[in-house]
This record gives sequence, C-alpha cells and structure tokens, in this order.
Amino acid sequence: MRRLRLTVPILLLVMAPAAMAAQTIAITGGKVFPVTSPPIEGGTVLIRDGRIIAVGADVAIPAGATRIDATGKWVTPGLVDVNTELGLVEVGYGSGANEATAKGQDAIAASFQAWVALNASSVLIPPAREGGVTTVAVWPAGGLIAGQGALLDLLDGSLADMLLAAPAGIAGQVSSDGAAGVGARGELFGKLRDLLENTRDYGRHKADYDRGQMRPVPYRREDVEALLPVVSGKLPLVLAADRAADIEAALALAADLGIRIVIAGGEEAWQVADKLAAAKVPVLTGAMNNIPQSFNSLGSRQENAALLRKSGVTVALIGNGGGDEELFNVRNLRYEAGNAVAYGLSWDEALTAVTHAPAEIFGVADRVGALAAGLEGNVVVWSGDPFEFASYPEHVLVRGREYPAASRQDLLIQRYRTLPPGHTAP
Amino acid sequence: MRMLVAVAAAALLGCASGQAARPVEPAPIKPDTAGPPPGPGALSVPNADPFPSTYTPFASHPTAIQNATIFTAAGPRLERATILLQNGKVAAIGTDIQIPADAVLIDGTGKYVTPGLIDTHSHLGVYPAPGTEANSDGNEATSPATPQVWAEHSVWPQDPQFPRNLAGGVTTLQALPGSANLFGGRSVVLKVVPSRTVQGMKFPGAKYGLKMACGENPKRVYGSRSVAPSTRMGNVAGYRAEWIRAEQYRRSWDKWQASHKGDPPARDLGLETLAEALRGNILVQMHCYRADEMAVMLDVAREFGYRIRSFHHAVEAYKIADLLASDSVSASIWADWGGFKMEALDGVRANLALVDQAGARAVVHSDDPSGSQRLTQEAAKGLAAGRAIGLPLGEEDAIRWVTINPAWTLGLDDRIGSLEVGKNADVVLWSGDPFSVYTRSEKVWVDGALLYDRGDPASLWRTDFEQGYVPQPGESG
Repeated sequence: MRRLRLTVPILLLVMAPAAMAAQTIAITGGKVFPVTSPPIEGGTVLIRDGRIIAVGADVAIPAGATRIDATGKWVTPGLVDVNTELGLVEVGYGSGANEATAKGQDAIAASFQAWVALNASSVLIPPAREGGVTTVAVWPAGGLIAGQGALLDLLDGSLADMLLAAPAGIAGQVSSDGAAGVGARGELFGKLRDLLENTRDYGRHKADYDRGQMRPVPYRREDVEALLPVVSGKLPLVLAADRAADIEAALALAADLGIRIVIAGGEEAWQVADKLAAAKVPVLTGAMNNIPQSFNSLGSRQENAALLRKSGVTVALIGNGGGDEELFNVRNLRYEAGNAVAYGLSWDEALTAVTHAPAEIFGVADRVGALAAGLEGNVVVWSGDPFEFASYPEHVLVRGREYPAASRQDLLIQRYRTLPPGHTAP
Repeated sequence: MRMLVAVAAAALLGCASGQAARPVEPAPIKPDTAGPPPGPGALSVPNADPFPSTYTPFASHPTAIQNATIFTAAGPRLERATILLQNGKVAAIGTDIQIPADAVLIDGTGKYVTPGLIDTHSHLGVYPAPGTEANSDGNEATSPATPQVWAEHSVWPQDPQFPRNLAGGVTTLQALPGSANLFGGRSVVLKVVPSRTVQGMKFPGAKYGLKMACGENPKRVYGSRSVAPSTRMGNVAGYRAEWIRAEQYRRSWDKWQASHKGDPPARDLGLETLAEALRGNILVQMHCYRADEMAVMLDVAREFGYRIRSFHHAVEAYKIADLLASDSVSASIWADWGGFKMEALDGVRANLALVDQAGARAVVHSDDPSGSQRLTQEAAKGLAAGRAIGLPLGEEDAIRWVTINPAWTLGLDDRIGSLEVGKNADVVLWSGDPFSVYTRSEKVWVDGALLYDRGDPASLWRTDFEQGYVPQPGESG
C-alpha cells in the first residue's frame, strides 16, 4: 500500500523520522494485549530506537535496557483515533484559531491538505496522549469535499516527524445538502458523481487535456488532480453519512466508479450492515449515541458497532457522544470502547476497533495499532482495564519515548490545587 | 471605581434585605371595592401557579430490592441491603427490614441501587429531537431580557429524548431556556415520565428557576446585531438595569399586597418573575463559565439581595471553589468539557473533585441529551481525576454529584436525591457498579412505580414521534 503511494507523484508520503536516540526499553510483567495476536500474561514488550523489536512471554532483556515494571498492569498499543481536528482547531468558536475549513470552490476543496501548517504545539495534543491516544487522523471539515486528511503520531517533534500517511484519504460528506451547495440529496449525489467522473476522464486523457484537446473540466484543476488517487482506488474517500439511504447511495456510487470509500458517522449503518460487509466498506462510528437527532439518523443506536461487527464490517470507533471528542476530549476514545462493550461488542473487538482496525483502514497497520516487532514503539501501560474510568495510563510511549502527564490542564490543576492560587509557573 | 460600586451595593443591599422579611408567598387577593366582582382576567393579579402540575404517580406495587449494594447518597454504601418501596415512598432501607407479604421481590445480588438521578441542566423538550427549526424552542433570542417566557410553554412531551433519559436513570430534570439572553426565562422541573401534557410532567410543588447567562453568548447574539449587550460590561449593565426595575416592581406589589388599597399595580410578566427571584421564591440558575465573571455575578446578587442557587457550566469553578462554598452556591458542571470557546478554555477534569473538596456542592450536569444518559459515567471521570491528584474521594462522594446535590440545586432535597425513609421512591437498579463503563441501568422507579425495565422491551416507553419513525431494536429498518 505504501509502496503504491510512492508511485503517485502528488502524494506526500513521509517516511519514518530519523531514529530516536539509541535506547532500549523493556516493559515487563504486564498483561500484554498485542491485538493482532493473543494476550500474554506477564509479557514483555521490548523497544529499541523507537520501534518494537520483540513481544512475548520469554523475551531476553538486553543489559542496560531501561525497565518499566508493568506487573499487574495492562499493556496495549497506543490508541488510534481516526476522527480528530487536533492541530487544526485550537478553539472552536470566537477565537479565529480554526484552520479546518477551506474556502474551496463550489463546496469542493479536494486539494486542501489540512495538515499543512498543522500546529504541532497545540495544547490539545498532550491531553489526548494522556488518554492513551498516540495516533490520530486529522480531517478538514465543510462543503461537499472538505479536503485531504492525514494520520500522525502524537509526538513532540516536527510535523514531518509526526506524519504517518499524508494524505490518508479525502474527506467529504453526503449528509447535508446545504453544506454541499445543493438543494436535494439526489442533486448532491449527482454533483459528487459528476466530479468523480470528470476526474476519471481527466486522468485518462490528461495528455489531451494538456494539449487543449479535451473539453474543459468544470472544476479547479488542483481539486481534480487531488482526486485522481481516489478514482484510481489508491486513496479512500471518507464520506460522512448517517442515513441508511445515503449509505446505500454512496455504496452504489462507489461500486459504479470502482472507488474505495469509508463511511464516517454511520448512525444507521447497522440497517445496511450486510451491504457494507459485502462491499468491504469500513465504518467509523461511536457507541454513545442513540438519539434520533435528525431525519438522517432516526435509527441511531448504541449497538451500531456491535451489529456491524456481527455482520463482518470493519469498524473503527470514534467519538460520537457529543462531548467535543474531536479536540478537547480525544482522550475519551477509550470510553467509546467501553460503552461499545456495554452494548454488545466483545472486549477484544473493542480494543481492535481503537487500535488495529483504524490503522488498517488507513493503510498504516504496518506502523501502528498493534504490539509486534517492527511496529512503532507506541505503547500504553494502564493501571487496569483501559476502558474503565478508574483506570489511567501510567506510561505512554510514542515511538519509544515516554511522555509524562504535563498538559496545560495539569498545570492549571496544580495551580488551583490550593486556594488562593499562586501566580507564577505553574 | 471599585469603592463607588461597593457603596452603592451596600445601600441597595440594605434596602432589599429590609423588604425581604415579607412573607414569601403572595397573599390571596380579594377585591376591596364594592360592585360586581371582576373576572379573573380583569383582575390581573399574579397567580403563583397558573399552569399547575397534573402529575399523579403511576400505579405501583410494594417492591423490595434485596441483597443489593445501595448508594443512599446519605452516608456510606450499604452492602447486601434491601430497600422497600411502598406507596410511592422509601418505606424502609437496611439489612434487617420487614417485607410485606404482597411485595414484589427483586433480587439485587451483585447489583447496585442508587437514587434516581437528577439533571439540573437539560434542554429536553425545548430543544427536542429531531433537532428541527420548527421545534427549536429554547431561546427567545429577540431581546436580551426575556424573563417573561416560561420554558414549560416550549416543552414537547413527545421528545424522544425523554425515554432515553429515563433509561439512563434520570428521574428528575430541570428544562431550561437557552443562554442567548441575560435573562432567558423561567425553567421548569420535570419528572421524566410519559405524559400527553407538560403539566403532567411538572414536579408538584417544585420551585421555578430563573435562567440567566453570563459571558460570550448574550454579547455575541446581541452584539452581532449591534444591539446591547455587545460586551461583558454591557452584560452586567443589562442585569443591573433589570434588577432595578424588578426591585421597584416587587416593592410596589408587596406594598399593595399588604394593604389591598386602591388599584393593584400594573402587572408585568417579566418583572413578576424577577420579583419572585428577589423574594427567594424562584431559584436563580446562572450560566457562567469564567471564575472572574462568577465573582462579579455574586456581587450583582448581593447588590440586589437575591441568591444565585447554582452556576451552570462553571468550567472555572475550581478557581473560586472557596467563594462558592462560602456563598452556598452549587456548581453544575460537566466532567470534562472545555476548550470549545474562549470562556471554556480552562476546563479541567478535576473540577468536580476540587469543588467538592472546597466544601461547595458539586453537581454533574449535562446540557446535552447524550451526556444526560450517562451522568454516573461523567461522575466517574470526575472522581478518577480527583483521586489522580490525591484527593480523598470515594464513590459515596461522587454519587452525591448526581443525586442529592442537584436535588438541593432545585430546592427539592427534602423530597428526592437520597434514599432515606419517607423520601420519594425514585430509584435505579444498576447491573453493576454505576461508576463502571460496562454498567447499564436495569430498572427505574419513579414514585415507586416501575417505569423502565430493560429486560421487558414491550414495556418500554415509546413517544408518539418514535411510532413508525424510529426502528425498534430487532427491526432491520
């Protein structure tokens, strides 16, 4: 998958950063959940130079390794949240610090690369990491086609170091006529089809186009260029859709054009689970919504993820509980998993849905989302069951580097722990 | 400047507190003039309860939940204990109690019992689902001061969010107007029960609340129209101007009530609500995020002699938890929301715990129809955050954040919010520890009547809207 992308010149693929300072870390004695292999009681996770080099019950620990005693603790891969706006939006309203929405042209901004100029110093990143989330996708928002998103590791470093896949997909939506600049859903799908068909024709006849021997394409050339890997099936189109009818229409369009889609939101996806499974279309959804919030989501229910899995649909859990889970509460991803279990998903499946599954959907399963040799050293040591409120991450490692809890929120708590507060740092 | 304000405040406070000794309930009105008695419309005098509650408890059987872990919200947890619900009340609670022969017995082994949960900040009914423009009835955003509007006149009893809240263990909620206005209007306290009418949901005898709002919302809504307020100082000037009018109104009416001489003063719906807040008959529920603004609002309250019952949202309550404790103001807060606008920037997950530790009343509120279904999960987050910084808190503390503290915030702590003999039998049976992510409510009783039973799908409350529109579990749509 990654190799394929390298052949596409307009795509940015950022390779792993330079190795971290040579260091070997051994996390020992914990209940290890590698996700892609069975759990190991009293297992060891060995990390060298930022990558996992061994996972098992009988791993020889090199002399000089830094040891983290995880006896009685739960050890999982860092969690992967593929629906965030981290680094794009600092404060949602009234601050001007919102870089998630491009102007585009006629509600189409496929060429918008949301991660360019992403704020790697966002104060919202440390709290997410403190919640055990070490990899996120960032997506633009707005319009019919919002633009390109990326997957990145939440490490302190340059943006280039953070990026795992950029673009990881192109984000769009088929839920709002108004946002798409049309008056009805049929018109929306017509517009989307026209855009993709023009892109396909442009791709087939690019030389003619350059010589002026092809009819004009009624879209910005940069947007059509950006969509080429979508029509060639190399890059997924991530479509926000909730209503069963919209999901079916999206499936039909994707089948017709031979493109890969991912359904995001998918409140009524359980109603068309068999069709999603047959089309091998994954769904990003949460487990905390059951409100018929609009005529697009009358069938919203908390069993959605469990029912989709039962039908064989690949599911990644994202926040949908209404508590700002794209930014301030990315840290709450683990509670989506817990609630999904309360509503029928098995515990193992829930863990997969916040680790390996999202990594796989976006083509980075060879980098993150599991504990296995060769993967990035993204590891969390939890005080107990990671989905429980009483548990907390005791150690969070991103590419082999441990990140202590030190968010802006921690500093405020420290300042106001006793009243009246001090006025110097922290 | 500060000195001047303080002098003015002292003068007005003295005036207001002198009057505040008057009877709190308006006396019944009798015309004092000869001639044919005027009709109720002509004699436009305040009626304290023009839309009276018609709620009557649902049919109930004596019910004993046995061998459960019980969080009473009034002391330590009881292990392997029994609670008896009879005639709508908690009749007995403990490990050695008499069970009537006709009681329905429920095995609570391995399960937990709590009081019915209470949400002090809900927009159910006024912002129903689906969220259509046609049913968006929560903000009378046509003037910054609309104390004349009553939330109950916007409540749609068929809002499908009501049964979902009941399933989440919520038995009482305060439906509030929105926060566009400095004075948003009256709230209404509802029992979460099926009813054709809002009157059938109204909590009998509950005080009204007055919704007020600080900060960004009023100044944004009106400032964007180039109408006052457009600044925070404009906000405060707006509150004070209304309270000055309200105080005058209250004085003129109280004087007339005492004498019944001459024509009654002209009636004003908005000022009537504010006057009742000044008399203490309506509880002020104040939307306010920032610590410094809350401190200003406490001074405004002192200036006019009213009390703020609860600051809502209060993401910075932890910065002034000592002031909240000394002024007996509760903080109705989210466990972990913040950052979504400038005044929410400093939200921290230890807020609930820090407020509690300072001796103030911490309340988990939702302001969200999804979050209100998981109030104990929210409390669990706050509890974990408090423990993480070494605060000596337990689940017995956290349960109060969703039961007795919100009951106090609504002025109903003598009737609901804890499991004690004589209190209303609003009770939730949980599949396990209510602070676990895996736990779900199993049964919910309101006034002793079983109104939610997860194990009996046919019995579940479905609103009119849901009929035909919302697929039932098991349907593939």
